[in-house]
Amino acid sequence: MIHSLFLINHSGDIFLEKHWKSVISRSVCDYFFEAKEKAVDPENVAPVLQTPHHYLISVYRGKLFFLSVVQTEVPPLFVIEFLHRVADTFQDYFGECSEGVIKDNLVTVYELLEEMLDNGFPLATESNVLKEMIRPPNILRSVVNTLTGGSNVGDKLPTGQLSNVPWRRAGVKYTNNEAYFDVIEEIDAILDKSGTTVFAEIQGVVEACVRLTGMPDLTLSFMNPRLLDDVSFHPCVRFKRWESERVLSFIPPDGNFTLMTYHVSSQNLVAIPVYVKQNISFFESGSCGRLDITIGPKQNMGKTVEGLMVTIHMPKVVLSANLTATQGNYTYDLATKVVVWDIGKLNPQKLPNLRGSLSLQAGAPKPDENPSLNIDLKIQQLAISGLKVSRLDMYGEKYKPFKGVKYLTKAGKFQVRT
Amino acid sequence: MSASSAFNDEKGGSSSVGEPEYGHDPASGGIFSSDYKRHDDLKEMLDSNKDSLKLEAMKRIVAMIARGKNASDLFPAVVKNVACKNIEVKKLVYVYLVRYAEEQQDLALLSISTFQRGLKDPNQLIRASALRVLSSIRVTIIVPIMMLAIKEAASDMSPYVRKTAAHAIPKLYSLDPEQKDQLIEVIEKLLADKTTLVAGSVVMAFEEVCPERIDLIHKNYRKLCNLLIDVEEWGQVVIINMLTRYARTQFLNPNINESLLEEGGGGDKTFYGSDEDEDEDDEEKEKKAEAAALAKRKPYVMDPDHRLLLRNTKPLLQSRNAAVVMAVAQLYFHLAPKAEVGVIAKALVRLLRSHSEVQYVVLQNVATMTIKRRGMFEPYLKSFYIRSTDPTQIKVLKLEVLTNLANETNISTILREFQTYIKSMDKDFVAATIQAIGRCATNIGEVRDTCLNGLVQLLSNRDELVVAESVVVIKKLLQMQPEKHSDIIKHMAKLTDNIQVPMARASILWLIGEYCEHVPKIAPDVLRKMAKSFTNEEDIVKLQIINLAAKLYLTNSKQTKLLTQYVLNLAKYDQNYDIRDRARFIRQLIVPTEKSGALSKYAKKLFLALKPAPVLESPFKDRDHFQLGSLSHLLNAKAGGYQELPDWPEAAPDPSVRNVEVPEWTKCSSREKRKEKKVEKPFYSDSEGESGPTESADSESDSASGSESRSGSEVSGSGSESEESEEGSESEEEEEEEEEKDKKKKKKELKNFFFFVSTIAPSSALKNYELLHRITGEGLSVEYCFSRQPFSPDANMVAVQMQFTNNATSDTKNLHMEDVKLQSGMRVKEFPEIELLSAGEMATAVMGIDFCDSTQAANFQLCTHTRKFFVSIQPPVGELMRPIFLTENEFKKEQGQLMGMNEITEKLTLDAKCRNEHAIVQRVTTAANLSRVPCGSDKEFAGRTVTSSSLVLVTVATKEEGAAQLTVNCEKMVIGTMLVKDILLALTQ
Repeated sequence: MIHSLFLINHSGDIFLEKHWKSVISRSVCDYFFEAKEKAVDPENVAPVLQTPHHYLISVYRGKLFFLSVVQTEVPPLFVIEFLHRVADTFQDYFGECSEGVIKDNLVTVYELLEEMLDNGFPLATESNVLKEMIRPPNILRSVVNTLTGGSNVGDKLPTGQLSNVPWRRAGVKYTNNEAYFDVIEEIDAILDKSGTTVFAEIQGVVEACVRLTGMPDLTLSFMNPRLLDDVSFHPCVRFKRWESERVLSFIPPDGNFTLMTYHVSSQNLVAIPVYVKQNISFFESGSCGRLDITIGPKQNMGKTVEGLMVTIHMPKVVLSANLTATQGNYTYDLATKVVVWDIGKLNPQKLPNLRGSLSLQAGAPKPDENPSLNIDLKIQQLAISGLKVSRLDMYGEKYKPFKGVKYLTKAGKFQVRT
Repeated sequence: MSASSAFNDEKGGSSSVGEPEYGHDPASGGIFSSDYKRHDDLKEMLDSNKDSLKLEAMKRIVAMIARGKNASDLFPAVVKNVACKNIEVKKLVYVYLVRYAEEQQDLALLSISTFQRGLKDPNQLIRASALRVLSSIRVTIIVPIMMLAIKEAASDMSPYVRKTAAHAIPKLYSLDPEQKDQLIEVIEKLLADKTTLVAGSVVMAFEEVCPERIDLIHKNYRKLCNLLIDVEEWGQVVIINMLTRYARTQFLNPNINESLLEEGGGGDKTFYGSDEDEDEDDEEKEKKAEAAALAKRKPYVMDPDHRLLLRNTKPLLQSRNAAVVMAVAQLYFHLAPKAEVGVIAKALVRLLRSHSEVQYVVLQNVATMTIKRRGMFEPYLKSFYIRSTDPTQIKVLKLEVLTNLANETNISTILREFQTYIKSMDKDFVAATIQAIGRCATNIGEVRDTCLNGLVQLLSNRDELVVAESVVVIKKLLQMQPEKHSDIIKHMAKLTDNIQVPMARASILWLIGEYCEHVPKIAPDVLRKMAKSFTNEEDIVKLQIINLAAKLYLTNSKQTKLLTQYVLNLAKYDQNYDIRDRARFIRQLIVPTEKSGALSKYAKKLFLALKPAPVLESPFKDRDHFQLGSLSHLLNAKAGGYQELPDWPEAAPDPSVRNVEVPEWTKCSSREKRKEKKVEKPFYSDSEGESGPTESADSESDSASGSESRSGSEVSGSGSESEESEEGSESEEEEEEEEEKDKKKKKKELKNFFFFVSTIAPSSALKNYELLHRITGEGLSVEYCFSRQPFSPDANMVAVQMQFTNNATSDTKNLHMEDVKLQSGMRVKEFPEIELLSAGEMATAVMGIDFCDSTQAANFQLCTHTRKFFVSIQPPVGELMRPIFLTENEFKKEQGQLMGMNEITEKLTLDAKCRNEHAIVQRVTTAANLSRVPCGSDKEFAGRTVTSSSLVLVTVATKEEGAAQLTVNCEKMVIGTMLVKDILLALTQ
């Protein structure tokens, strides 16, 4: 299956290679560099490339390319999903997935890769099993290790691999037992010029942070599970219980994990929390343009809209922007032609407004398209679909855990066409 | 660390200049000359007695390997440490060994005995890791040792060791394919394994070593199906893909009867909608022979094993792993009956939220699926709308899907969407959009002219690429019906002056040449201009100029003879041999000389033959002969090791091969057992899911216990927690819930009912009015209500249902009505006389009144055998209408026509109790006999007045904090005004 892996940074240096079968020369990456050169934008590099003897499957994460080499037929999603899982694992171990931390933890990374695949077939991808074998670095341990010459390899054997619940290690102990759930919903929407909704849907995710002693068996139930149209679960969730009773029953992994993701049924209307009044126009003569954007609250269920931010990808001919914002501040990146207007909290009494003029390259024709606005926002303590967790029950352990649910609504891919 | 810093000092700054990014790391490559010296240093550290030094050295060596630096000369020093007690050193040595053993075969043998010892270790994990490393060392000499180890491990007690054995099989196979037969034996043995841990790995080995030995699967088929859900995710993918192939060889095509039916006259259209149109043709061809043979066959019955596979894979559509979802989706696509395939659409659309690489692969597969089964994705059309931030490759794929999904009903929305795309800054994407429009136009005849007009408008676009692409597409479209569009051709002829893109110029010239008869005046002029610029044109344009000249010469030689000669002469001396050849060839054909052969007679036929219009086809057509989700499908080329998806067999092979004598495997998986236990408990009732309000941080009121005691203690020892305190409150809650649930249920039923009988049935309780009080009526009381049923004798009348109650002690006889006084135009249909109403009894009767759409009262006398009472019935305005069914679009359309004077708008603040949608709907429908517009974005209601059938449209738009706006659109202004008042009252009180 997966033959080799190369990690390549933004500028095209290979800074890590790992082979699970015989060694493949790194010159195979030249085909990839060629494609990368052609694609200008790293996002536009085709994830699957064919070379005379190999197939290159790559993902782009955190300004790094994870490039894997395969020689025979394999489902491409299998490889892509695995590579993302590798990136997730790095994130989990080192807090971020960047060239810097990978170089700093080169040996740990190499050991991780060694354990994750055997002969190119995934062996242990559960972060919980991996952590048992290879301890994630932390400051205290690295100080102790330096002093005592200790190691970051677990001296215990990876018993997690043997259990029926491979996602949870045995013998977990906490003095404070707590289970927190974050219900995070994202609104994906496309609004057209006049503000009518072209397309809108809500995607949600339940993130959990569970620190419980022993082997607790949890049951999470919702007030209105009918809202959920399409769901996908962490493997720990018993699907049959969901099918028959619409409750989430599971033995949780230890620590942070994504319990489920869901899609709210499309029959329900999607509340759009803000409206945008915009007027962006370019003039035929004088190579300039005008921009005027106002944002106001719409259906926000009586909550405050926070973290409001507008991103505008301007046409290439826009040279500079001379704008004034009544609230927040804006930046215009000359290289990428992106205006970012960071508004912050939305005050319904005094609506934020950004207006001013844009100057275009002299002599260039006026752009055909008005740039679309990407909106970012947050609403605390609200799940916009109305989903509510009704209760969390624990079986199998005797202590009383501390429980909590938080709701958050965010803008996902929220775009206003102009 | 101390050692490393010392080393840094020693090395000095030598490496920091050349490779600054490695500067911070002591193990970095540095300059070559210092390598040997540095390795000496490492060797020393490896030879030392201190584990910490060894570890430090190994870490640096592994870091070198990770960077792709050569560390092979350290092999002897490293391999000595293979038996090191320190577990981390040992692990790193293994890493090194696996990497370099192939290059240092002899030295690698030194380590083998350590692993052989490890294989006998009492600890299963050590046995497994020894086997893992041993099998990873690619040294041919140890093949027999590996073989032995694998065989032994395959019958190990520990499933983990057996799993490792399964992993080792492909390794050995790639090292020495000669071992295949022996390895197949091991695979056969491991396939029979009953644990989930082994299943995925052994199927993987099976796929790599002997995918053709499908017979090995028979006995294990049902077991694999049943274990599937508990296998780890990567194993699931492999197993599902393998089972897809297996099923294709063992079961019958579940859609076989449908294809027969289709041939019989498309009788199943109603079942599968319009999506099968294209399908039909394909299938018809494919299945014709087969179908003939099967025509007299008994109806198709799905093999229970086939069903088992479909049933057991379905839950995996909910997996978080995109690869698993895709695997199930392709299984359904290839194996499921048409009616069931639809379930995968939702899951695939979900994957579009994932990383862009995942999107890329999923969209490719969706594009293929949409060609065969369009209906499946039609409901998700909007999920494929394009955002300006999508990467171009995703945009183009989404466009492909949208184009495939286009049909008569949704084409207008799709074209509107395309219009926004055309303005995009991403020019590649714009070009793709124009092509997509072209394809929509060819596929859907109705919109061809619209599309063509749109494209012609694009010809005046400022961007040349856009114009060029439009020209190319227009050319293809025009070929379908050139005679209608000579003005477009003229327009394009003008473009030759400005447009520079060679492909576009060539297309225009071809078009003019081909249809020169439609533009007889312009064509020679174009040729004249082209002749002038001939030498500066691109090759493809030159070729088309020659073509144009030839065609014109044949049709209009008088005007163009000289021009043609001139062009051909220019071409004769062109640099490109292709053009020179073409010129010679054409000259011989068209210019008659004495020598010219018989061919020139047919020149006209040759050049101006009717050419078939090009078919604009999806590049994804017919890609489904590759198994979906596979690499080969993505590349549209067979990848190495791709296993062809076999065609369905004509007759099913014997299903009994899958019978297993001892079906005891279920008991082996403990997880399975757990599940079974769960299923046995039917107590976990639904109500629990919606129980008490336990939100946020409530550490105190742990509500676990109540339900636990009821559920028959799943986990022993925790049942008696804080039951007493909770139970009371909980049971109460539950009762309430039950009530609420009942209500909900009723409501739901009502809703359903309403939906089906929408125009007639009243959706809320009827209000009773008093006609005659029992005191004034001397014991007789009469109430009436507007029953909201159609009054059958006369459709223009409002039905009034009257209820007579005799509260007196004596009977009342001959109840009837008399002396009806009405305003002009009004009519009444009297209720039939009630001959006898005994004391204490009740009777009902229905009368009809035509109020002429006014709220004037109908006055009449109610007579008994003894008395007469003057009574009157005055209708509330809301009763003067009957509900009608409108879709939202119709509603909007009608509303648009009833603007201005006919529209009345009122702002209001909603009553605190009626802020939710349900309450509003209820109140409005109580106040007026209207029906809710289904799926409307606002709360919209529609009806017609009973007499004149004028439309009455009501909209309630709610805003925050109870603010709302009521809009009534009605041709009859009086009714509109009164209705506004009534509804306002209903909503604010």
